[in-house]
This record gives sequence, C-alpha cells and structure tokens, in this order.
Amino acid sequence: MVRDPALDTSPKVSDEIRSTTCYMCACRCGIDVHMKNGRIAYIEGNRDHPVNRGVLCAKGSAGIMQVTAPSRLRGPLRRKGPRGTGEFEEISWEEALRTAVDWLAPLRANHPERLAFFTGRDQSQSFTGYWAQGFGTPNYAAHGGFCSVNMAAAGIYTMGGAFWEFGQPDWDRTKLLMLFGVAEDHDSNPIKIGLGKLKARGAKVIAVNPIRTGYNAIADEWVGITPGTDGLLILALVHELLRAGKIDLEYLARYTNAPVLLDSDPDSPNHGLFLRDSKGRELVIDRRTGHAAPATAAGVEPDLSGVLPRAGVTHRPVFHLMAERYIGPEYSPEAAAGPTGVPAGRIRRIAAQLAEAAFDGEISIDRPWTDLRGVRHERMIGRPVSIHAMRGISAHSNGFQTCRALHLLQILLGAVETPGGFRFKPPYPKPSNAHPRPHCGVRPGQPLDGPHLGFVHGPEDLALRDDGSPARIDKAFSWENPMSAHGLMHMVIANAHAGDPYRIDTLFMYMANMAWNSSMNTPNVARMLTDRDSDGDYVIPRIIYSDAYASEMVAYADLVLPDTTYLERHDCISLLDRPISEADAASDAIRWPVVEPDRDVRCFQSVLCELGARLGLPGFVDRNGGAKYRDYADYITTHERRPGIGPLAGWRLDGDGATPEDGGAGRGRPNPGQLRRYIEHGGFWHRTVPPDAAFFKPWNAAYQDWAVETGLYDTPLPYLFQLYLEPMRRFQLAAAGHGHRQPPDELRERVGKTMDPLPIWYRPLLDSVADTSEYPVHALTQRPMAMYHSWGSQNAWLRQIHGRNPLYLPTAIWRRHGFTEGDWARVTSPSGQITVPVAHMAALNEHTVWTWNAIGKRKGAWALDSDATEANEGFILNHLIDELLPARRHGPRWANSDPVTGQAAWFDLRVRIERVDSGTPRHSEPSFPPVNSPVPRAPRDVGGKAKP
Amino acid sequence: MHPAKSIILFTTLSGLGFGFLAFLCVGPSPVTGWGAVAGFASGLALAGAGLMASAFHLGHPERALKAFTQWRSSWLSREGWLACATLAVTGANAAFAVFAGIRVPPLAWLGAVLCVITLTATSMIYAQLKTVPRWNHWTTTALFLLLAFCGGALLSAMTWTAVTLLAGTGLVQCYAWRIGDSRLRASGTTSATATGLGGSGAVRSFEPPHTGDSYLTREMIHVIARRHSRKLRRTAFLLSFLLPVALLSAASAYGQAIWAAAICAHVAGVFVLRWLFFAEAEHVVGFYYGRR
Amino acid sequence: MSEERPNHDGRWTDTAPGPAQRGSADVTDLPAFTERSLGLVIDLDTCVGCHACVVACKGWNTEHYGAPLADSDAYGANPVGSFLNRVHSFEVQPDGDAPARLVHFPKSCLHCEDAPCVTVCPTGASYKRSEDGIVLVNESDCIGCGLCAWACPYGAREMDLVEGVMKKCTLCVDRIYNENLPEEDREPACVRTCPTGARHFGDLSDPSSDVSKLVAERGGIELMPEQDTKPVNRYLPPRGKDGELDVLAPFLEPVAEEPKGFMAWLDSALERL
Ligand SMILES: Nc1nc2c(c(=O)[nH]1)N[C@H]1C(S)=C(S)[C@@H](COP(=O)(O)OP(=O)(O)OC[C@H]3O[C@@H](n4cnc5c(=O)[nH]c(N)nc54)[C@H](O)[C@@H]3O)O[C@H]1N2
Ligand SMILES: Nc1nc2c(c(=O)[nH]1)N[C@H]1C(S)=C(S)[C@@H](COP(=O)(O)OP(=O)(O)OC[C@H]3O[C@@H](n4cnc5c(=O)[nH]c(N)nc54)[C@H](O)[C@@H]3O)O[C@H]1N2
Ligand code: SF4
Ligand code: SF4
Ligand code: SF4
Ligand code: SF4
Ligand code: SF4
Ligand SMILES: [Mo]
Repeated sequence: MVRDPALDTSPKVSDEIRSTTCYMCACRCGIDVHMKNGRIAYIEGNRDHPVNRGVLCAKGSAGIMQVTAPSRLRGPLRRKGPRGTGEFEEISWEEALRTAVDWLAPLRANHPERLAFFTGRDQSQSFTGYWAQGFGTPNYAAHGGFCSVNMAAAGIYTMGGAFWEFGQPDWDRTKLLMLFGVAEDHDSNPIKIGLGKLKARGAKVIAVNPIRTGYNAIADEWVGITPGTDGLLILALVHELLRAGKIDLEYLARYTNAPVLLDSDPDSPNHGLFLRDSKGRELVIDRRTGHAAPATAAGVEPDLSGVLPRAGVTHRPVFHLMAERYIGPEYSPEAAAGPTGVPAGRIRRIAAQLAEAAFDGEISIDRPWTDLRGVRHERMIGRPVSIHAMRGISAHSNGFQTCRALHLLQILLGAVETPGGFRFKPPYPKPSNAHPRPHCGVRPGQPLDGPHLGFVHGPEDLALRDDGSPARIDKAFSWENPMSAHGLMHMVIANAHAGDPYRIDTLFMYMANMAWNSSMNTPNVARMLTDRDSDGDYVIPRIIYSDAYASEMVAYADLVLPDTTYLERHDCISLLDRPISEADAASDAIRWPVVEPDRDVRCFQSVLCELGARLGLPGFVDRNGGAKYRDYADYITTHERRPGIGPLAGWRLDGDGATPEDGGAGRGRPNPGQLRRYIEHGGFWHRTVPPDAAFFKPWNAAYQDWAVETGLYDTPLPYLFQLYLEPMRRFQLAAAGHGHRQPPDELRERVGKTMDPLPIWYRPLLDSVADTSEYPVHALTQRPMAMYHSWGSQNAWLRQIHGRNPLYLPTAIWRRHGFTEGDWARVTSPSGQITVPVAHMAALNEHTVWTWNAIGKRKGAWALDSDATEANEGFILNHLIDELLPARRHGPRWANSDPVTGQAAWFDLRVRIERVDSGTPRHSEPSFPPVNSPVPRAPRDVGGKAKP
Repeated sequence: MHPAKSIILFTTLSGLGFGFLAFLCVGPSPVTGWGAVAGFASGLALAGAGLMASAFHLGHPERALKAFTQWRSSWLSREGWLACATLAVTGANAAFAVFAGIRVPPLAWLGAVLCVITLTATSMIYAQLKTVPRWNHWTTTALFLLLAFCGGALLSAMTWTAVTLLAGTGLVQCYAWRIGDSRLRASGTTSATATGLGGSGAVRSFEPPHTGDSYLTREMIHVIARRHSRKLRRTAFLLSFLLPVALLSAASAYGQAIWAAAICAHVAGVFVLRWLFFAEAEHVVGFYYGRR
Repeated sequence: MSEERPNHDGRWTDTAPGPAQRGSADVTDLPAFTERSLGLVIDLDTCVGCHACVVACKGWNTEHYGAPLADSDAYGANPVGSFLNRVHSFEVQPDGDAPARLVHFPKSCLHCEDAPCVTVCPTGASYKRSEDGIVLVNESDCIGCGLCAWACPYGAREMDLVEGVMKKCTLCVDRIYNENLPEEDREPACVRTCPTGARHFGDLSDPSSDVSKLVAERGGIELMPEQDTKPVNRYLPPRGKDGELDVLAPFLEPVAEEPKGFMAWLDSALERL
C-alpha cells in the first residue's frame, strides 16, 4: 500500500470576500474579490450576479494584475517637454485642478463651444453628459460613434432597442441562432453562457463571418461571407421568405408599421410619409370595417394589404412597398451570390432553416396577456429563431441599412420579443421618439439648452448653426451624417485640427486612447496633436486627459488627471445609462473601493464633481455656491434626475422614509445608506419582470405598467416597430428639394440614396472611390477574447497569451504570393502602408486578411520594455485606415463613416499585400520614436501571494 | 529537446570518466604507482565533474539528496546510487592500487561492472522516454556505452582496441542516425492522435496558446534546421571517429602528441554528438505546437 | 522557514511551500488501484477558446497550492510564466472542398493512470494519489530536475523559472475537498469559471457519473492512446459541421414569383387568419 503525503485539502481560502463589478471590459460581470490581510488575493465570478452567474472571463480573472500593474499613473502630471514626448512633471491635485479651472472658466464665460469634452468607454455617460450640459458646450459625446452606433441607432429607430446591451436571444428556448459579425461583443459572458446552453440542448448555430474563430468556430454552420455584403445576404433571405410566404402576417399586422398607409401621391410634399388623422395618428385600414383607422386604436385590426383610394391616388400600405422591393430580382439569391460569395443554394437552404425553426418549430406558452389595442391573447406564441449581430455588420459604411435589414428579417419572422426569439433588456424597449432630440443651443456662461445627443426625426432636428454649417465640432447631426445618435468621436481631433467647422481651445478627453488604437490614421493624428500654427502655438491649444495608465494618449496631454483603477473607486452602472439588465429583470450595479489607492490618484468622476463646483456649473453647486457633491459616491446616492429617479434604482427610500428590504421597485427618495445596501447585496440590484410581462414587451400592457412602476418610463409607451422609417423619408424629401432646411448640393444625391426608409444594400463607400482592383483585399480586426483593446498589454498574465499579432492570410493569398512561415508582408491601403508578420489561416474568406485588434503598442507606453514584442512585432491596422475617404472628383472629402449615422467604417478597409523579401529588419513598420514613460520601469519578475 | 550545456557536459564528462575508470580497473596493462594516481584521479575527476555539472541543471540543487529515494522506479535515482557506488568502489580500487600498489581483482571487476551499469542507467534516463521516440531505442544505450568505452580505450592508450571501438561505434552511430530519423514517424504519435481530430481532416496548429515562450517551448521544442544538422553530423563524425582513427594509425610513429590530438578530437566530437543527441530529439509535445 | 520579500507592488512573495504540502511520499510507484479517477471532460464542440480557464487557473494557483506561479521578464521582450492549463487552437482541413475548421483545444494534466511522469521522478515529489488518482507534485521534495516534464507526452508540466520547482495541474485538490468553500464551489477553478460550460469535472471510474455518461454519449476520446499513459481526462470531439448532416434539407416552396402574385397570395392568406 502506497502512502500519499499528508495534504491539507482544506486550506483557508481568504479572509473576506468583497463583491463588486468587473471593469476589465464593459460587460460588467459581478466579481468576488478575495482579500487576505487587506490585500487582493484573487478574483472569481459572483454566482448570484445576473450577468455572469459565477463565470468569469480571462480578463476578469486577471484583474489583479491590472490593479497592481506598473503602468498605473501615480499622480497629476503637467507637460514639461514638447507635446508627444511624454516629458512631465508631477504636480499636486490642487495645482492640477486650479490649472484646469484657469483654462476652462474663461471658455465657459465666453465661448463654451471651445471646450470639446469627449469620453471613451466609460459607464457614466449620464453623468459626464450632465456635466458637459452644465458647462454649456455642444461638443460632448462618448465613444459610440466609432464603436457601434449603427447597431444601436438602427435597433432603436426600428424596434426600440438593439442587440448587445439592449437585448439578447432567448437562450433557453431558441432553436436556431444566427450570428452576424460577432467576435466577442460587450455581452461576452452572457453570450458564452448562452452558447453553452444551446450546445447542451443541441440547438443549431449559424455564423456569418469572414473569419472562423471563437463563437464562429463552434457554430454548426459557417458562412464565410465577403465583408460589407451582409445587407445583400439578409435581403436575399428576406426575398426567399417573402416569396415562400414564410412570414408572420399576424405579427406584422399587429405590431409593426407594415399596414400603415403611405402618402402615395408623387406630387405631394408628403410623398412617402404616413397618412395621419387630424390628431396625427398613423392610419391603417381596419379589417373589421375596411375603413381607415388609427393604427393603434383600441380593437383595430390593421390590414396588411388594404389600400385607401383618395382623390385619384391609391394610398398603399408599407407592406406593399416591401413586397415589391424585396421580391424583385435584385434581391434574389442569384443576385446576392456574386458579391457575398455565398452560393445561391446555400442562401436558399438558410432561408429554409429559418422558416422551419420559426414556423414548424413554433412554441407556445400558456400565459395570457393583453396587447396595446386591449386585445387579450390566451397564449404567447414563440418563433424560436434568434439573431445576434455586432460590429461585423455595424462598422461598415452601409452598416445602418444592414442592421435595419437584419431587424426587418427578424420582424418578418415574428421573432422579436416572442418566446424563443430576441428579447429586450429593461430599460429597453424604448422607441426612438421617447429619447431626447439633440441640442446645440450655446449661450455664454449658461448651460446647453438640452441634452447633447439624441434621435433626430427630420431635418428640423439637425444640429446646425444659422448658416447651415454643423454646430458640433464632430459634425454630428449634420447633413453628412444626420442620424449620428452617438456623435463622431473619431472626427474630433481631425476637425479640431482643420478648424472645420471651427477652432476649439481645449480638448478634454477621458479614457480613450485617441493617439493610438481608437483613432483612424494614427500617424497623422499624432501630427495633428502636435502641429503648431504660424505663431508657434499648438493648433489644438490645450489638451486635458484622464487615464489610469501610461497609455499612448498620455504623452499628448498638457495636463494629466490620473484616475483610480476599477477596484479603487465608486462607480455606478445605472439604468439611466448602460445598465446590466437581462431580459428577465431590470438591474443596476456599483463599484466601490475594495482597496484604497496607494498612489496620489483620484476617481475621475469625483474630480468632475469638484471641477463642476469650482466652475459653478448648475447642478454642481448648492444653494450657497458650495460644492453640491462631496465626491462621486455622494452624487450617486443623492442626485435625482427626475423626482424619485436617481442613478441607482435599488434601495431608494419609500414614502415613509424606510428602506425596502427587497431592494424596492426602482422609484423613491435618495437613501444615504444606499451604497451600503448594494455592497451587502453583492454590488447589484435586481428586479424581476413578472412572467406575464416577460414577452411582447413593447405591446404588453403588463410590461408597460411594470416599466412605469420601476421608473423606466413615466407613462406607458407602447409603439409599433418601424419597418418603414419615416424620419429617413423626411431627409429624402429634403434632398428632393422639399422643406426649408436643405442639404448642401454636393450631398443631395447621397442623402437621397442612402436615407432610404426601407432597408437597402449598397457597396461600402470606400469601394466607390478607391480602385478596388488595386486594393483587392479586405482587411479586418477582431477582438481577442483575452484582451481588452489596449489595456490588456500591461497585464503580465494576458500579454503572455497575446504578446504579438500576425496578419492572417487566407490560403489563396498565401499560395499566390509564395508565403512561408515566418514571412513578413507589406500591406498598402489607399492611405498608408505597414510591414508586418504574417501567418496562414485556411478557415477564412478568400478575399480577407485580419489580425487581432490593438495588440501593437508604441515604444515607451504601458510600462513595457522598449524591446517588448508588442512594440516591435505587434502592429495595429489603424495606420491604414483614413478618417476621410479618398478625394472625389469634386467637392470636399467625406468622412470614412456611415452616411446615415457617422459610424466609423473600420471594416471597409481595403489593401494590397506584397511579400517582403527575407533579410529585411524584423520589426513592424511604421515604427514611431519612443515616448518617455511617465511611470518608473517595471520589475523583471512578478509573482507572489497576498498572504504575508 | 533543448541542448542544455549542463547536461551535455554531464553526459560527456561522466561517460568519459566511467569509461576510463572501467578500463583502469580491468584493462590489460595494470596501472599502479604514479600512473595509477594520474589515471584514477582523472577518471574520478571526470565522472565527478559530470555529476556536479548535472546538479547545475536542478532548480533546487540543495535538495539533491532526495534524488536517492526512488531507486525502485526511477532511472535517475538509480543512476545517482550507481554513480556513487561506482565512484566508491573504483575509488577503493584506486586507493589499493595507488597507496598499496596491490590489485584486488574482485574489487576491480566489481568497479568495472558498476561503471557499465552506471552508464546504462544514465542512458536509460533518456532511452526510457517514450515521449522522445528518437531516444526510445536500444541504440541510445549502445552509444552511451560504446562512446564511453571509446573514450576509455583512448585514455588508456590502447591503440587497436580504440581503433576497433571507434570504428564500431561510428557504424552504430550511423545506424542510430538513420533509424533515429524515422523514429518519430514510427512512434505512431501524430498531430491527429495528439488532438484526436484526425478523423475530420488534416490537423495543423493554428495559434499557439501563448505568443511568447514557455518552459515547454524552451525545453522540449528545439527546432534545428536539417541543413545544419547534416553539417554538424558530418563534423561530429569526423571529430569523434574518423580523425582519431586516422591519427592513431599514425600514432606509433609520432607518439604522445598524436594521442593527445586523437583524444581531443574525440572528446570534441562527443560534445557535438551530445549536442545533436539533444537538439535533434523531437518530443511528441511538439505536435501540439506544430513544431518539433 | 519562510523568506519574505516584498516585490514591486507591495504584494508578498512567500518562498516556502504553501500549506498544501507537508511530509514526504514513501515511493513514487504508481498506485495499483485508485478508489476513484477524478478528472476533466472537455467539450471541443463548445469551447470558444476564450482562455478564461487558463487565467482562473493561474489566479487560483498563484494564491494557493505550493509556490506562486511566477512570471519572469513579465513586462519585457520574452515573458515566460508558468501556467497549468493552456488553450491551443488547431485548424482542420477536411478532404474535399468542405471549408476548413478551427478547434480550440484546452489542455492541462490528464491525470494518467500509467503516469510516466510519476515513475521517472527520482525524489518521490511526483505521485499519484491512491484515493482519487490525482497526480501531484509535492513541491518541498522537488529538486527541479525536469525529468517528469520530459516524460509527459502532453506538455502538462511546467517548471517555475523563478521558484525552481515543477508545476502542474492539481485538479484543484485544494478546492474540490475544501470545507472552507461552499459545496457548489468545490470544483476546479477552471471548471467554475468556464463561461460556455465546456469543462466538466467528475469521477470517470464511475460509469454512472455525469462525466462518464457524457463520454459515452458523445464518444469521448483519449489523447495519444499509443503513448499508453491511459489518461483519465477525456475530450468530446466537435460535432459534424457545415451541413454535413442536412445537405438534403428542402428549399422553400414559392407561393409567388412576382410581387403581384405575392399580393394575391397575401389576400388569401389574410382571409385565413
Ligand atoms: N482597427 C480597429 N480600430 C478600432 C476598432 C477596431 O475594431 N479596429 N474598434 C474601435 C472600437 S469599437 C472602440 S470602442 C475603440 C476602443 O478604443 P479606446 O476607447 O481607445 O480603448 P482602450 O484602448 O481601451 O483605451 C481606453 C483608455 O482608457 C484607459 N483606462 C483604462 N481603465 C481606465 C480607468 O479606470 N480610468 C481611466 N480614466 N482610464 C482608464 C486606458 O488606459 C486607455 O488609455 O477602438 C476602436 N478602434
Ligand atoms: N475581449 C474583449 N471584449 C470586448 C472588447 C475587447 O477589446 N476585448 N471590446 C468591446 C468593444 S468596445 C466592442 S465595440 C465589442 C465589439 O464586439 P464585436 O462586434 O464582436 O467586435 P469585433 O472583434 O470587432 O468583431 C467584429 C467581427 O465581425 C466580423 N466582420 C467584419 N466584417 C464583417 C462583415 O462584413 N460581415 C460579417 N458578417 N462579419 C464581419 C469580424 O470577422 C469579427 O469577427 O467588443 C467588446 N468586448
Ligand atoms: S466579460 Fe470579462 S472582463 Fe468583461 S466584465 Fe465580464 S469578467 Fe470582466
Ligand atoms: S474557459 Fe471554457 S470556453 Fe474558454 S477556453 Fe477554457 S474551456 Fe474553452
Ligand atoms: S498528463 Fe502528463 S503530467 Fe499529467 S499524469 Fe499524464 S503524464 Fe503525468
Ligand atoms: S522536477 Fe521535481 S517532480 Fe519532476 S521529476 Fe524532478 S524532482 Fe520529480
Ligand atoms: S483543475 Fe485546477 S489546477 Fe487543473 S487546470 Fe483546472 S484550475 Fe488549473
Ligand atoms: Mo467599441
């Protein structure tokens, strides 16, 4: 008998668990931080948390190395050397704050618009936006414009919510999931949990993606589509479904504007707008009477094919137009096969699978519910097809229309908000007209006339100055991109540098690495940030930046406000902003300092509270002119946006001033003990949607009432899905010469074409101005699951997984150019050139090359040694992507963005590939001079335990 | 496999040492007196130095004594015991020869046999590894022994024995190279068996689990270009076998200097052979990395 | 004897063996019989290659069993750290014109029944537990000779370059029995964290266990059977892909080829509603 060594199998795990919210990405999972002697020992997923239910991704588990990273900034910095060199002196907070106030106060008094305040992927936009509004500048937005505004805007305009944080597949019931252009997404852990559920049940997954990795690798079927052509594939599926009559007619008639009558008189200034009654209600033909009636009036049964002859014109419903358009030959599978690279037979087969899952696989839940017209339904009928999509379709210049097409497909199948289909997460659904409209009214010394961002419904909502020029520095809500709901952060530096539409004084940025991986045209951005005018002054006179780490952007700031890391501060993930809800519950969450910072750093939001007070911004000073909020934690607990509604919905005080034990219903007075309650409850608040309100949310009276009770709406907000998007038609009409706000002539044709109120597909804009035979190859990036943009490289664990990135080439290109392992390639786009290492990948669209995003680093940044692989072999594709499209024959250059929303068209990139002869130096080109590190050198070895 | 200096040094020197000791013990020309002093001292020193070198390879040399515990299952442990026993017995034998000037044949024979067993044990550390198919073959043991004997014969200045051994060992080495080149294929391990994915098509490593190095890639995956390997094999063969044989054929005419040259050439050659022994050995874990 | 040295971030390095290991093994012979065969079953049809299991493992094992898992040249040109679990990815090119496939492939110690890593160990540091078959390294006995890593065909052992001892997957022996953890958490860190649920833990010697059933249902396989190590862990192969199963699925039958015909169909379909 062998005797095994004695082993203590029950060692003490930790002294204490502190539950908070992860911030290694924007998925916002719940984490349990295990502490030993006041130090972080390790981090694991919080099993009770609605987002991740205990699981944690690689980044989440590596959080400990982020909080101890040597790249953390240590104190406020003032620029000493020339901009971009990274030479700083450390200053006190008092000095830093005073400097900021000295710069900002005169701007506010005279020209508030000369401050451009743009924030990255922070999760406090309702707060930062509030601050900017108080300041009075119109120039505020967050990162959405370069991220996925196409997806968000198309979803909200079409159906009152989009994918990602707005909604999710019904993971427990769906029988067929289609993924379009998703590598990772913000909803990372929920998607993975969901995919695991589908796999366990044997439900089918079809992935449409030029690249077969990750989620796409485990899909049962892979459609290796040619980039930028999804719209056509989707509309070909629509074509097939329509031809076969495999559409949910009842659903279309009841819950969408398919039956709504259009003004069909070609001579009318309202041609193509909805017919309305005197109260402005859209009209349909009521099947009961055969007469026109308001679409959502009680008892009305809208007729999908009813027409209204009036004054010699036959006014037809939206559905007629749709049928005519999509049954037409230009959307046949044969027509789609060429551009998409997907054979017609394959498209037909997918259409058949969709129809089979939706209609033969119909599910029914015995849960009575009442709809918006007061009609009671005994059952909830489900169409178990779900679709999820992300930047693969969003980050193209035809992305808005493609996302719309995808929603059209879902809606035709009756698979939105029905069991087994796609489900919204509270506070969504929320129709576009329940969102604010953009505001740009500037008055010196005064707050802005309303919130910056919102949804336009016609030319009258554009943010234009009296002369018709854009009112915002990023030209959001201008004719170039009328529906730019999230602004265009990627154009700010270029526009400010060009003084187009005007010059600014101070660029104030937070948490966006705009000198590197979130900018297009990186080499030129660096130049714009350092360019001087004829007087020797910087063209962008002042740059204030808040970061937590020694990123590339820090080197370009004049004043650096060092932030805390995510385990060192208070934060709220609010229902007013981008909450953590899942389809079955409304939730919000907090972060709190599970450890105190060991450096002279401050939570950026607290700094904004202080700056707000010193600048005397309304909302930040109390009645006596003193600071209204002690810090961000104070703001979180005491601020009220509307009476009874604050940043956090949980544990608000009820009428008697008592704290509801169960967390409460979302409304109530501020509770000074609120944060403690959250901490006791694992860092989040959760309110479950009742079962009879769980589906058909936009039309379900029970849900509408629940949403009002929870403080998501102030009154019930039922609405119809907008297959036909009337606001777009208004822009088309303007382009045709109607109305007093007119597009500039050079944009007339483009507006007319791209603002089609029914989904269309057109080639990505770059293809129409660049010579596609000279640049025959599509070049893409993907998120690595174990890295978050640029932050991951400073993490000693994660950088071992992704410390360099080859450009992956498909077999055809690999062979054609005679590449072998270890080779390098020169990659040329219409605007730049890079030299990078390559590798072979067979499971890849044959016209596409790709690499992992944001692995390449600038020498000197992130406390990495200057010989680190990231800074020598690593590279980013951003050097090749211009923020402007190549020059056209006439007129100014247009932004490399979607013409509807201004979404940055990262994935339109086209390149040419050449093999580099061996013997050339083995480092990626271009290589930039190193920046000085604002933090000391990192130690060589790390490791060790938290136990003393 | 990574050709670590310490291990190359260890196997080369201890092989030479134990080979020499074996010859000193039972060679035909008995050594006594000052000849014995020099001979035994250098034999013991070589074997001892080799063992010392191997300790540099350890993460915790201070715990080296623990390596003696598992002789029942571990060749490395056995080798430790045997090496010590051999050093003790041959040391005792040397003491008698040097200090008393007497020969104790049973002790001498025991020493020689122990030398052979120790060398076998050393070789078995490598030959037992199924994971390195090139090593997992009788030629590994044969070569460890034969090379040691060659060294022993050379150091003992036994011309014809040395020439015969060198020639024979050269042939075995050639055979080992030939057979070695097909061992990995013959092992039956492939990327298909490594991953179990062979049924659905040709398997290729797409992306390694880490972009940098790891202990595994440093230790097990040493890729040596075929071109270099051929060149080094020729050099090693020339140095370890051809040159010594040629020199020895002329030795009677020129004496000591030639002997020294032959020995130097051989030892240098064995270093190269050992470097190749490691560098050319493919570990099956390479199938997971698409590198060998 | 514990030597403490604070490192750059104020965390502490403890060079003494952790609480998990005390005492020595008698021999490194393999047990003739283990009461249970605990191990992992990994579903290659579900793993998305996210590396979550890799880092959760790193985190737990840095803080717990034995010496911390160190990283050398952590911010430099050639970082090398020890990890007990790694995720490879392979491309499979089917014969014919089916598209190539990608398979993410996690790999840690397979806790072999005939573990060569145990028998080669000269010190007895490597051993296989007779009660549950877990293969462990008793770090206080390990001399860091590396032979066990050579003997493992799977690359499941990594020497810690800072601590000089052999590291390998412990099957989270300090979690699965840990009475300081809630019952539901008594499973390996990698299994607990895996977002897709591609990792399963259990007793593979018990035919009625969930893991054994999964293996039976899905045709779970051994890696490198020809190496005769008899691994306990099993891999569930990826399922058939790209319509291998339903190429013959019928297309949709059109109700109309023209918008006009469609309108007529629509009218009749609406009648039926
Ligand atoms: N080629 C290419 N480029 C792309 C994309 C692509 O797909 N391809 N994707 C685009 C998209 S969608 C996005 S969202 C952007 C992302 O690009 P960025 O928003 O620039 O993302 P990060 O690299 O994460 O940079 C964020 C900055 O925040 C800092 N930071 C991290 N934590 C904290 C903190 O707690 N406080 C503060 N104050 N700062 C912190 C980091 O140090 C870093 O400097 O990249 C865009 N760029
Ligand atoms: N681990 C990790 N998670 C992240 C991030 C991160 O950096 N790391 N970043 C977060 C952020 S800011 C964002 S915006 C989200 C983005 O989440 P994703 O949208 O998943 O982001 P990408 O990695 O850009 O993936 C785009 C995918 O679209 C595919 N694609 C490109 N062009 C086309 C096309 O024309 N058609 C189709 N069908 N597919 C196409 C690409 O191959 C790729 O797989 O991820 C978030 N989550
Ligand atoms: S997905 Fe990962 S990084 Fe993102 S919040 Fe969740 S655990 Fe953190
Ligand atoms: S955590 Fe799960 S899905 Fe992710 S790599 Fe590991 S086994 Fe695969
Ligand atoms: S996988 Fe390797 S380390 Fe683990 S038991 Fe088997 S041989 Fe030993
Ligand atoms: S490295 Fe340690 S565990 Fe491995 S064989 Fe050597 S002594 Fe045994
Ligand atoms: S069982 Fe534990 S030690 Fe083994 S790979 Fe999983 S987490 Fe790592
Ligand atoms: Mo993004």
